Amino acid sequence: MRSAGIDIGSRAIKLVLVDDRRVVHRAVEDTGSDPLTVCRRLLDGLGYECITGTGYGRHLFKEHWPAAEVISEIKAVSVGATALVSGCRTIIDIGGQDSKAISLDAVGKVQKFVMNDRCAAGTGQFLEMMATALGYTRAEFVAAAVRAVRAQKLSSLCSVFAQSEVVSLIARGAPKEEMALGVHQSIASRTAALAGGVPVEATVVFTGGCAHNPCLVSLISGAVKHPLRVPESPQTVAALGCALHGQQRGAAP
Amino acid sequence: MSADYRPMWKELGLDLEAHDALLGVLGPLYEQTFTKQPNRPAGMKYFDFVMSEVHGLRIKELVDAKKAGRKVVGSFCTFVPEEIVLALDGVMVGLCAGAEFATAEAEKYLPRNTCALIKGAFGFALARVCPYLAASDLVVGENTCDGKKKGYEIFKDLVPRLHVMDLPQTKSMEGRALMRAEFKRFGTYLEDLTGKKLTVEALEKGISTVNAKRSAMHRLAKVRAADPAPISGLDGLLMNQIFFYDDPARFTGSVNAICDELEQRIERREGVAPKATPRIVISGCPMAVPNWKLPTIIENAGAVIVGEESCVGERGTQQLTADKGRTVDELLDAIVDRYLKIDCAIFTPNTSRVEHILSMSKELRAHGVIHYGLQFCSPYQIEAGPVERRLEKENVPTLRIDTDYGQEDVGQLRTRVEAFVERLRG
Repeated sequence: MRSAGIDIGSRAIKLVLVDDRRVVHRAVEDTGSDPLTVCRRLLDGLGYECITGTGYGRHLFKEHWPAAEVISEIKAVSVGATALVSGCRTIIDIGGQDSKAISLDAVGKVQKFVMNDRCAAGTGQFLEMMATALGYTRAEFVAAAVRAVRAQKLSSLCSVFAQSEVVSLIARGAPKEEMALGVHQSIASRTAALAGGVPVEATVVFTGGCAHNPCLVSLISGAVKHPLRVPESPQTVAALGCALHGQQRGAAP
Repeated sequence: MSADYRPMWKELGLDLEAHDALLGVLGPLYEQTFTKQPNRPAGMKYFDFVMSEVHGLRIKELVDAKKAGRKVVGSFCTFVPEEIVLALDGVMVGLCAGAEFATAEAEKYLPRNTCALIKGAFGFALARVCPYLAASDLVVGENTCDGKKKGYEIFKDLVPRLHVMDLPQTKSMEGRALMRAEFKRFGTYLEDLTGKKLTVEALEKGISTVNAKRSAMHRLAKVRAADPAPISGLDGLLMNQIFFYDDPARFTGSVNAICDELEQRIERREGVAPKATPRIVISGCPMAVPNWKLPTIIENAGAVIVGEESCVGERGTQQLTADKGRTVDELLDAIVDRYLKIDCAIFTPNTSRVEHILSMSKELRAHGVIHYGLQFCSPYQIEAGPVERRLEKENVPTLRIDTDYGQEDVGQLRTRVEAFVERLRG
């Protein structure tokens, strides 16, 4: 049975197609300003028997694909991470506009979850804004942070304040790469504080677009005092979870 | 609304244009939130009517009462003893504070990081859109949280007459003595204002009227324990909100009438949601009209709210005043004993509150608790942590939400609430 999972995030739309629990297709596109067109393009010509959606745009998606089932990102990412990493008990997920920490029981059921407040501090968007303020591309930004031997400590966690803090640090002649590391450290400490709201137990899995960032992986791992498992294609874990959820429901009598 | 109330509003000094704007939002919001709910009890018609006339007929009643020589007393808090107001032939009403209105104006008087409820109260007063405030002969403030305590220092210049009651922060002997002295002082103040005297007979009558209103709410709480839930949480909350505005005797009768209907529903095993629908208790800050944001999200996510542990809910209605005492002083003692039991987060410690949440979840057969904190409400936001840990320890799944009256976080709240409902479904 072919089951599709689609995660309409604030920054990217992710699609995973599974056939009998095996991933047969995966695609990621920027959300842009017209997510429905992106969804149509991603799904165009794709054969599937059931489809499950999640992410920010899930309710909009459901309006246009009435046959779809929608589930929360928390459930989706939990199903996906459990399938990819056996023994997964904690998930740290940092996406474009939100970050979350989820604690699972031994069979992968959500026990507790916490999410960031309404602002985008500590998320992918915060990283992007800071990279722009420093005049880096995303890749350069990460590379600079990795290169830095010292960090400029950023005291503010609010993206707006942090941006003006960066501007004043630039004016004082602080090395850019030290600021890049400072930004990464501030996200790591914020993430660890968030994760403190759930029991953090091994195995800890790191998902979402920000898990592509090796500097964040090592800093968050240090901050939560656990090694982090980053699955292949961390950005599509929630979409995979959707596809697997749909398959399971489809298989049920 | 059934009649043209514009002359009355004008006479009360409302800003008609701003008031029209408010009603233009409130009406459709009410329609959208309440009237489309499936399988609503017929008895809700009365409360729909009250809401449709909330700035109309009810205000006319207040104006008529004033003409007949009665005093209208407005308040923002469950600590203001209605028994005493009624005993002096007054009418007590809750004042508007449940929506963002004239926020920019309010922020000329208050820092931005003031809770939405206090800011809302200022906004309604400054924009001259709350007819309850305009009809009030007296506003009673109370020293509860820092925001209100300091806010009243500024608010006193915005209203013709403000009486501030001091309140204790502990439930100690000394705390009780303070409340006793302040209730006595309030009584004397009202005696002067009304030119009437507190008598045993009048106080007994006041106590019995307010107790009857509370008892009707206890009965409602009991029927809401049934599974399937016979009434939605939104409608339950609405009744708790109208508790503050309506004529007490008529309100009591209407709540009892709907309870009769709900009891018949329970016998027929009929409800607003199927059996096994996740059942939730809301706990935390008060939700004043028209603050229906979080309950709407919760019930749209496929859960049903079965109780409110809130000032606009069981925290405000749970205790009765013992009707015992042969003198005015003894009756005042009984009133103080009742109000001192309120589990408000201004008390330290406030351990009875979490016990009440636990007993509510058990009695109402709730599957989980959603803790609602208003941004910048330190007492409840700080208490939320220990409350959440204790509930989870007792195997009551708990979700903590901090929000305000704005709509910009509705998407994030939906995600959290839906994930929580999924957690409850298992």
